[in-house]
Amino acid sequence: MYTPPFDIAAVRRDFPILQLPIEQPVAFLDSASSSQKPEAVIAAQAAFYRTTNANVHRGVYQLSEQATYEFERARSRVALFINAHSAREVIFTRNTTESINLVAHSWGGTNLRPGDVILISQMEHHSNIVPWQLLAQRTGAVLRAIPINGSGRLDLDTIDTLLQGVKLVAVTHVSNVLGTINPISFLAQKAHSVGALILVDGAQSVPHMPTDVQAMDIDFLAFSGHKMLAPTGVGVLWGRKALLDAMPPFLGGGSMIKTVTIEASTYADVPARFEAGTPMIGEAIALGHAIDYLTGIGMANIAAYEEILGQYLLDQLAEVPGVTVYGPPIGPERAAMASFTVDCAHPHDVAQVLDSEGVAVRAGHHCTQPLHVALDVPSTARASCYLYNTTDDIDRLVVGLRKVTKLFA
Amino acid sequence: MSDMYRDLILEHHRYPHNYGTLDPHDVSQEEHNPLCGDRIRLDLRIVDGKIAEVAFSGKGCAVSQAAASMLTDELIGMELDAARAYNKADILELIGLPLDKNPVRLKCALLSLKAMKVGLYRYLGQQLDAEELD
Ligand SMILES: Cc1ncc(COP(=O)(O)O)c(C=O)c1O
Repeated sequence: MYTPPFDIAAVRRDFPILQLPIEQPVAFLDSASSSQKPEAVIAAQAAFYRTTNANVHRGVYQLSEQATYEFERARSRVALFINAHSAREVIFTRNTTESINLVAHSWGGTNLRPGDVILISQMEHHSNIVPWQLLAQRTGAVLRAIPINGSGRLDLDTIDTLLQGVKLVAVTHVSNVLGTINPISFLAQKAHSVGALILVDGAQSVPHMPTDVQAMDIDFLAFSGHKMLAPTGVGVLWGRKALLDAMPPFLGGGSMIKTVTIEASTYADVPARFEAGTPMIGEAIALGHAIDYLTGIGMANIAAYEEILGQYLLDQLAEVPGVTVYGPPIGPERAAMASFTVDCAHPHDVAQVLDSEGVAVRAGHHCTQPLHVALDVPSTARASCYLYNTTDDIDRLVVGLRKVTKLFA
Repeated sequence: MSDMYRDLILEHHRYPHNYGTLDPHDVSQEEHNPLCGDRIRLDLRIVDGKIAEVAFSGKGCAVSQAAASMLTDELIGMELDAARAYNKADILELIGLPLDKNPVRLKCALLSLKAMKVGLYRYLGQQLDAEELD
C-alpha cells in the first residue's frame, strides 16, 4: 500500500472549497487552470486588509511601513523558492502572461533586429506565442517553433538547425495540455551555445516541483500565483539581474522613477523599474503565504505524490473504452494531468456530464490552438491534479466517463 | 442526470434532421466558436420570400448539433421576415434548455442561429447589428 509523503487528508481540510457542498464535495480536477486556495492564504490576504492595509513604498507612517515590510518579505520568499540570487531579481506582475509581455516589450524591443529569430515550440500556451508575434511585427524579427513528435515531446533532432539565428528561446517547462516536462537545462545549454537567451514559462512547473533557476541556468522565468494556491492578480517575472538592469521600463508611472521633470525622467533600479503604479499588495503577500504553505509540505514531496497520482490517472483512463489520451505515455517527465477525447462525445459534453457528477474538468483548446492543430483535434477535455487530489477524485472521473459513454454511445 | 441531456437533445444529436449541404443554395454561411473549435455551416434555398429548404453540417457538441437540427426543422417554410426576427429567446425555448447562467454553453446553442442570421442578412443586403446575436 502506497503511503503519500504527507498527510493528504489534513491538506484537504485546509481547503475550504473542497468541503463544499457537504453531501458530495467537488472532485476538482482543473488545477492546471487555477488552483484552489488554502485557509492560510485566504486568511493572510484578509488579515492584510484588516490589519495592515496601506500603500507600499510611500508612507512613513506605521501601517505603510508594515505593508512595505510584508510586501518585500513576500518578494524574498519568492526568491528563495526559485533559488534566485537575490530578491531584486523578482518582479511582481499580474500573471505569467504579463511577465512574458514585459520581456517581449522591454528586452525584445531593445535587443532584436530584423531577421533575428525567436524560437518557441508547438506546445506553447497562447501567452507564450502572441507576445512574440506582436514583437516580431514591431521589430521584423522572425518566429520559429520547435515541432513535437508522435509521443508529445519536443522533437529535438534538428535543434541545432532550428537554433540558427536565434536570439531568444521561449519555451514552457511543462505543457498545460500534454503534461510533457521539457528538458530545460538541455535547452538552456543549447540556447547559450549560440549566444541566445532562454525564457521559461513556468506556469505549470513552479506550482508542482522544486524550481532552481540557477541549476537550470536559465535567463527569465514567468509564472502565476493563482496556479500555486495564491490569489489571482499576482504573478512573477524572474530575470538575471544583469539582464534586468540593462532593460528599459515596460509601463511608466509612479514607483518606477527616480526623478521626473516635464521633459524627461530617470528610472528606478530593478525591481521597482518594472513595477509601475500601486502593485497588488495583498495578493503578493498572500503569495508569500502560499509559498510558505507549499514549502511546509515540501515541493519534492508534492512532486513525488503527483507522480503517483499522474500514473494512476493514466492507468485508469486507459481502462475506459473509447477514451484517447494525448501526450507522452506513463513514465517519468510527465506531469499529473491528462488531456483526452471520448469517441462518442464532444469534450464539452464530456465536461458537462462530469460536472453533473461533481467532477470538474476543463474542455476546449486550453489556449493552445497550434498544439491542437498538431494533435489534429479541435478540442480536448483535461483532468489535472494538485497536492489536494486523491485517487478517489480520479475514480469519480472514471465513473463519470463511463456514464458519458453510456449516454452517448 | 444533467438536464442538458434530455432525450430530445440526445435524439437530435444522434440523428440530426436536415443534415448535409444544399447545392445550389441561396445562402451558405459557416460560423465557428473559437472557444471550442466547433463549426456549423447552414445552407438555405429561398423561394418566394420563404425558406424552402435548409441543411446544416459541421462538428460540435451535442448542444450545438441538436440546436442546429431543431432550428432547421423550424426554418422550413418560414417567411424571411420571421426568420430575420428569430432570436435567442426563440431558440432557447425551442431547445428547452435553461442556459441563461451558462454563458459558455449558450454560445454552443446559438451557433446555428448566428449562421442563419449572418447569412440571411447578407442575402438581404442588410446590416446585422452584432447585439442581435448577444
Ligand atoms: C503553460 C501556461 N503558460 C501560460 C499560462 C497563462 O497564465 P496566466 O493566464 O495566469 O497568465 C498558462 C495558464 O493557463 C499556462 O498553462
